[in-house]
Amino acid sequence: MKQLLSGNEAIALGAYHAGVAVATAYPGTPSTEILQSIARLDGVYAEWAINEKVALEIGIGAAYAGVRALVSMKHVGLNVAADPLFAASTTGIVGGLVIVSCDDPGEHSSQGEQDNRHFAKFAKVPMLEPTDSQEAYELMEWAFNISEQFDTPVLVRSTTRISHCKTVVDVNRDRKADLNEPSFTRSPAKFVMVPSNARIRRQAMEERIIKLRSYVDDFPLNEMLLADRKLGVISNGVAYQYALEVFRDASHLKLVTIHPIPEQLIRRFANEVEKLIVVEELDPYIEDEIRRLGIPVMGKEFVPIIGELNPEILENAAIEAGILPTPSDPAPHQTPPSPQLPTRRPQLCAGCPHVGTEFVLRKLGFLTPSSTKGLKKGEFIVTSDIGCYTLGVYPPLSALDTCACMGASIGQALGLEKAGVPNKAVAVLGDSTFMHSGITGLIDIVYSQGNTTVIILDNSTTAMTGQQGQPGTGVSVTGTQAQPVKLEKLAEGIGIKDVNVVDAFNLREIENTLKRSIENDEPSVIISRGVCILSSKTRGTPFVIDEDECIGCFDCLDIGCPAITISDEQACIDPALCVGAACGVCAQVCPQEAIVEGRG
Amino acid sequence: MNDVNVLMVGVGGHGVILASDGMSEIGMNNGYDVKKTDSLGMAQRGGSVVSHVRWGKHVFSPMIKKGEVDYLLGFEQLEAARWASYLKPNGVAIVADVVVIPISAIDGKIPYPDWKEVKGILAQYTDQIYLIPATRIAEEVENPRAVNMAMLGFLSAFLELEPQAWTETMRHRLPAKFMESSIEAFTKGASEAKSMIPAKGN
Repeated sequence: MKQLLSGNEAIALGAYHAGVAVATAYPGTPSTEILQSIARLDGVYAEWAINEKVALEIGIGAAYAGVRALVSMKHVGLNVAADPLFAASTTGIVGGLVIVSCDDPGEHSSQGEQDNRHFAKFAKVPMLEPTDSQEAYELMEWAFNISEQFDTPVLVRSTTRISHCKTVVDVNRDRKADLNEPSFTRSPAKFVMVPSNARIRRQAMEERIIKLRSYVDDFPLNEMLLADRKLGVISNGVAYQYALEVFRDASHLKLVTIHPIPEQLIRRFANEVEKLIVVEELDPYIEDEIRRLGIPVMGKEFVPIIGELNPEILENAAIEAGILPTPSDPAPHQTPPSPQLPTRRPQLCAGCPHVGTEFVLRKLGFLTPSSTKGLKKGEFIVTSDIGCYTLGVYPPLSALDTCACMGASIGQALGLEKAGVPNKAVAVLGDSTFMHSGITGLIDIVYSQGNTTVIILDNSTTAMTGQQGQPGTGVSVTGTQAQPVKLEKLAEGIGIKDVNVVDAFNLREIENTLKRSIENDEPSVIISRGVCILSSKTRGTPFVIDEDECIGCFDCLDIGCPAITISDEQACIDPALCVGAACGVCAQVCPQEAIVEGRG
Repeated sequence: MNDVNVLMVGVGGHGVILASDGMSEIGMNNGYDVKKTDSLGMAQRGGSVVSHVRWGKHVFSPMIKKGEVDYLLGFEQLEAARWASYLKPNGVAIVADVVVIPISAIDGKIPYPDWKEVKGILAQYTDQIYLIPATRIAEEVENPRAVNMAMLGFLSAFLELEPQAWTETMRHRLPAKFMESSIEAFTKGASEAKSMIPAKGN
């Protein structure tokens, strides 16, 4: 049956048909839909884990029990899960363990760009990479089989353009019937990595890669298409599709086995063609592997190393490098100059509970224009984190000083404080990010006798990736309800005495609490609580601006609400977007009290 | 079976993704190879949304090359202007009468372009420019979310598939509550196109 599936849906369905029994993940673009798709299918235990490290450890446990396990995450998630990845590579598995890493070339929705193909070589595990959804679907069965045959976790790499691109898939299988019964067999030599055992496993890891090297040479999805022998193109992932489109007459070699690479196959292909090039996104991974074989090859001399490729980037690069001929007919029309158009930045939603806290942070902490060097007395540093609230870096809120990686806001604030910076540092992070990796930082503040103020923006969801549950809500990926972990109890339990819960839509309450917490000589936690407007059903009557009272100061624009705009020199509120008293932040900012509830 | 390259552009929440999903499925159900890809990133927070839809005998790249878009569907006027350069020479620009002023045009130095300016930018690439009363159609069918269906209806008038081929997939896919109003918007969009497209040979 033909279905139009995204790469992520195809990975999920492929894993399901391969008999996966346990699937775990932490949400992260572009990987999130893998677990969401699998959670809709019967017979699989699916869960959002608290972070990627725990997700992989759950997967390892399931694989030790002899069943097939799938763990998915975004590229930076594998940084978090690197420790168990290396551990699982050392012990090997029993049931198949497949880890999907979705890279984000071009940083569509990420804080950084990295090429996770290096992880496969680094951790000495095989890696497979599909070139469309059909291949993603088929590859999962192969991945689980390789995992079990070679006693190793298997990495499957995807990228944004594979994960989020929909292509036609011939769904030609059903779910595997003869699934392993879960059971655990004691085997300390395999599972208990004391040095004496680990040294023996270390041998096994090297023997495994040698066996895999010969295995991948006959791997059927690595495909050689011989046409014009003047040019041979080796490519992988979505870059293969671009290569087919741009180098239409050339010979092509598609690589699906990324680690190890099929050395004999590459040698055969290289012997067939006059000139060999590699087309790959990000790092010269395949190119370096080919050079290691002593085969002359061109790659990053002309293909960009940064960002996503697309057919026009590749074509232009190839023309410039003389690989493709310069088009003989001049462009049918002169390329007009790009018009000057206003940009459309992402912004926080109308009714977003983060706006009030970030507005107060801006007001109290940023007293001078941000261009001036050095902070004035009384200003404070706002270390921030990964989530919707990071959009508060943009004007008009402009309320953040840092954003690095999940949970980093807390350690950074403590580090600034311990370094002796005279200005106070305030850490700001969301509830899901706090659960992911903020808890350990907060414990460190208690242990190291820090004086840091930590604001947890508790919108009771994982908003940026599409409202997933997390331990603070207790809602699972399948919708079941567990006992929620209470942030205030948790903070108190680890020894924070100054724990405050404020209403995220009450500016005065936030301001007074923040002033007090910054001034006192102990660590403080402020939980700014307000449900994400995308998951909340509560909507008030939209507010209106009383034009008789409005003096045109435009202070209401300082909160950056998408519902507030200007029409004919007059601020006005879009009733289609405004959620009224469910938010009410603009009315608190207006010095004239000119923003009032509409008549409904 | 002709190759069809459609670029749908707009802002989050206007049904661009639903429209491109729908069009992709319709293509697949009628025998085309199909690829579609969206660039949205953090667009659900008010940024631009771009969706590439490709029908063909065999489609390689999911992304359409600049200068090779047959049909540019602008669900919002500024976004249509922004993506004009993707049109092939004399491709077709179909733009909804929808304006969403970004915050940068409110507090910044570059104002929001009016329709005359948007049309001028599009006219650098094509003279086939259609401003569609999609909002009026959505109001007429009493479904404010049907703007995207009116746009698909208009587009369908240019393509080789019969209207039934479109509506049949829609009947399988759309929730019952919006089914009739959506199909009505589609039909109105298609007949709007028939009255606006100059007859061939004239």
